[in-house]
Amino acid sequence: MRRGRDGGAADARRPRVVTGARTAPRTVTRTATRTAAAAGATAVVLLAAACGGGGGGGDEGAVLSSSWGDPQNPLEPANTNEVQGGKVLDMIFRNLKKYDPKTGAAQDMLAEKIETSDSQNFRITVKDGWKFSNGEPVTARSFVDAWNYGASLKNNQKNAYFFQYIDGYDKTHPESGSQSADTLSGLKTVDDRTFTVKLSQKFSTFPDTLGYNAYAPLPRAFFDDHDAWVAKPVGNGPYQVDSYAKGSQMSLRKWDGYNGPDKAQNGGVDLKVYTDNATAYNDLMSGNLDLVDDIPASQLKNAPNDLGDRYINTPAGILQTLAFPFYDKAWNKPGMEKVRKGLSMAIDRKQITETIFQKTRTPATDWTSPVLGEDGGFREGLCGDGCEYRPSDAKKLIQEGGGLPGGQVKITFNADTGSHRDWVEAVCNSINRALGQGKACVPNPVGTFADYRNQIGDEKMPGPFRAGWQMDYPLIQNFLQPLYYTNASSNDGKWSNQEFDDLVDQANAESDTTKAVDTFVKAEEVVRDEMAAIPLWYQNGSAGYSERLSDVTLNPFSVPVYDRIKVG
Amino acid sequence: MGRYVIRRLLQMIPVFVGATLLIFLMVNVMGDPIAGLCGERACDPATAARLKAEFGLDQPVWKQYLTYMGNVLTGDFGTAFNGQKVTELMATAFPVTIRLTLVAIVFEIVIGIVLGVVTGMRRGRPVDTGVLVATLVVISVPTFVTGLLLQLLLGVKWGWINPSVSSDATFGELIVPGLVLASVSLAYVTRLTRTSIAENRRSDYVRTAVAKGLPRRRVVSRHLLRNSLIPVVTFIGTDVGALMGGAIVTERIFNIHGVGYQLYQGILRQNTQTVVGFVTVLVLVFLAANLIVDLLYAVLDPRIRYA
Repeated sequence: MRRGRDGGAADARRPRVVTGARTAPRTVTRTATRTAAAAGATAVVLLAAACGGGGGGGDEGAVLSSSWGDPQNPLEPANTNEVQGGKVLDMIFRNLKKYDPKTGAAQDMLAEKIETSDSQNFRITVKDGWKFSNGEPVTARSFVDAWNYGASLKNNQKNAYFFQYIDGYDKTHPESGSQSADTLSGLKTVDDRTFTVKLSQKFSTFPDTLGYNAYAPLPRAFFDDHDAWVAKPVGNGPYQVDSYAKGSQMSLRKWDGYNGPDKAQNGGVDLKVYTDNATAYNDLMSGNLDLVDDIPASQLKNAPNDLGDRYINTPAGILQTLAFPFYDKAWNKPGMEKVRKGLSMAIDRKQITETIFQKTRTPATDWTSPVLGEDGGFREGLCGDGCEYRPSDAKKLIQEGGGLPGGQVKITFNADTGSHRDWVEAVCNSINRALGQGKACVPNPVGTFADYRNQIGDEKMPGPFRAGWQMDYPLIQNFLQPLYYTNASSNDGKWSNQEFDDLVDQANAESDTTKAVDTFVKAEEVVRDEMAAIPLWYQNGSAGYSERLSDVTLNPFSVPVYDRIKVG
Repeated sequence: MGRYVIRRLLQMIPVFVGATLLIFLMVNVMGDPIAGLCGERACDPATAARLKAEFGLDQPVWKQYLTYMGNVLTGDFGTAFNGQKVTELMATAFPVTIRLTLVAIVFEIVIGIVLGVVTGMRRGRPVDTGVLVATLVVISVPTFVTGLLLQLLLGVKWGWINPSVSSDATFGELIVPGLVLASVSLAYVTRLTRTSIAENRRSDYVRTAVAKGLPRRRVVSRHLLRNSLIPVVTFIGTDVGALMGGAIVTERIFNIHGVGYQLYQGILRQNTQTVVGFVTVLVLVFLAANLIVDLLYAVLDPRIRYA
């Protein structure tokens, strides 16, 4: 077409149209051809670069790439309540305690000692020699300032409730109205390395909660130039943020000045945001990505074949349950515990975990998680026959209890993420089969997670609903108190039981850990007898990695232990 | 002409207000977005109240809309839940999507028109039938199937491309996604051109041109194509807007962080500010593209006059 330009002077019959028609398409085509050519050239260059760049097998300095999701909230420690942001905080921060990546046990990190005589007043000494990556030393003040910031209502920190046991929280974070104090009266700096914490109640396992991200220390830079800090966070962990393009990629590099015991074994990590974990998996398969820590449900079947021993499937501290709307009289009257237990016995957990989840879930037999271990309070089989598949007993129990309210259960779930629809349908099928009724159980999907949370908040659940719990710290307390204690933050079904509350209070006041755990287990037995929620399955963390990597493991929070990964 | 343009621009105002209001209401109907921010637990009421006040969600909807529109007119599109300015999100997302759209348009023009001319000139021959069947297949297969298939074959099995696009999203990386995005429109462009060419081939002026002994190439490119392209240019013009807004599926498959990604993320998190902001800009693009196409009509065909 371009050659036609030479003889363009002809045709004077339709002046305006001609010029118009002539120029328009031609210009378009010309630019188009040029762009296409340029694009082709870029592609060639890129290909060449890719071929030349690969292959290099450096060990300590090599950088690995890993899949990531866009964090929902700004990356402040007390404002990050989901895994993706937590992943970064885990790499750039070290707290007073750290949970062992394998056993989950809380071990001292920055804490030299945490002393208490009454399980209510704690004296915390920070180890000497720790620094933030901008050179500022980590002192007692770094913690006190950070905790005060997190607990202060005006800072809109979504994890503020982690400070609720500290004395003075009701002043800095009242339930309504404005705050009457900016700092927690229970926090006092003694000297550079020592501070004291006064709790408003006895809480013997409090020191073990201090490994959670919300308790991270913060440098002065966080307060002095907050916007700059959020754009490029500075912490005291083995990695530092090299560059952060919000919504697409974060490059973390090993911090050479890090003096802690868990130095990074690689040069750094590039976290790449993926909208769809299926794309991440394809990238892993084609060698474009090193580590995927969320295998898409559709690929679970193929992953063991595709990846061989580079496929990880290990237990994580995640429990899926069905909660009940106890604010609804129909679900809360006497006899309903039999119906709830009957429903639980009508669910064929083994079949569902094997066919839908390809064994990345394990049928639950208690209300905690195997990652706690026997010492931590995990009791395999605590649920007893209530969690076994016994269709005929189930039918009998439900009839004894007065039948299903309204003759039908609706299981509510959010349909936007995960494979919730698949398993809810399977659970319903299982219940329908056990009861011999076609419509005894129907799924009730809600469009988005936000709307789902809304309906839960407004107490509008028409029946059992999906409740997932990912532990904040590996303690049995975390699996029970937030979920079943009267008016606790995640007690979405509004279950309330005096005996349970008393046992939890008693366990928190118990200074001996073994005794405390045993008391928590007793409280869990109350949950069992009342079937306050139906435990479904323990969720595993699943991941896959490229041939370049070795020593890849997932911690009990199902997050890869990045600092131990070796490249090449 | 000038008057016509002014009238059209004025007509845009009610369309713009109506479109943004609709989107605003639709996102609002989905309910309170704050509840989704606290994970599997209820936000503590004090923090939730503060967040609502900060994002203006405690006001009645009409007031929210007025405030929002007032801000938009001064160039302030609000803040997303992760603390980023929406304008900042746009600055990163739109260049990527514009590049993707450009690649797609280039494919539409080059492949679509060439195939259209070839088949239009050879109606009923095997080439024509072959291309017709092929376009039929492309039109009937959903984009996400084409996309996933190409990704699996070219990216994973044969290793010709990376299955995903890096955050730079260069033109080279966008070739395959662009082709996927363009595929359906490309098929339409082929069919439009083909019909148009086949029709005009029988017209008097072409017969005259052939009769006065012009070379075939000149007849086709100077006389036939010029007149046949009018409907095609119209189609491609309006398609610009459709491609930019409709890239959600393609962008998701190839992990491109463009407009579609931001919209998807915004809808999932019920982030009114992001969704309305991006849709507003898309509406503007659509309106502008439509106006340009309408003006092009007059330029292409003198029989159409705007007073």
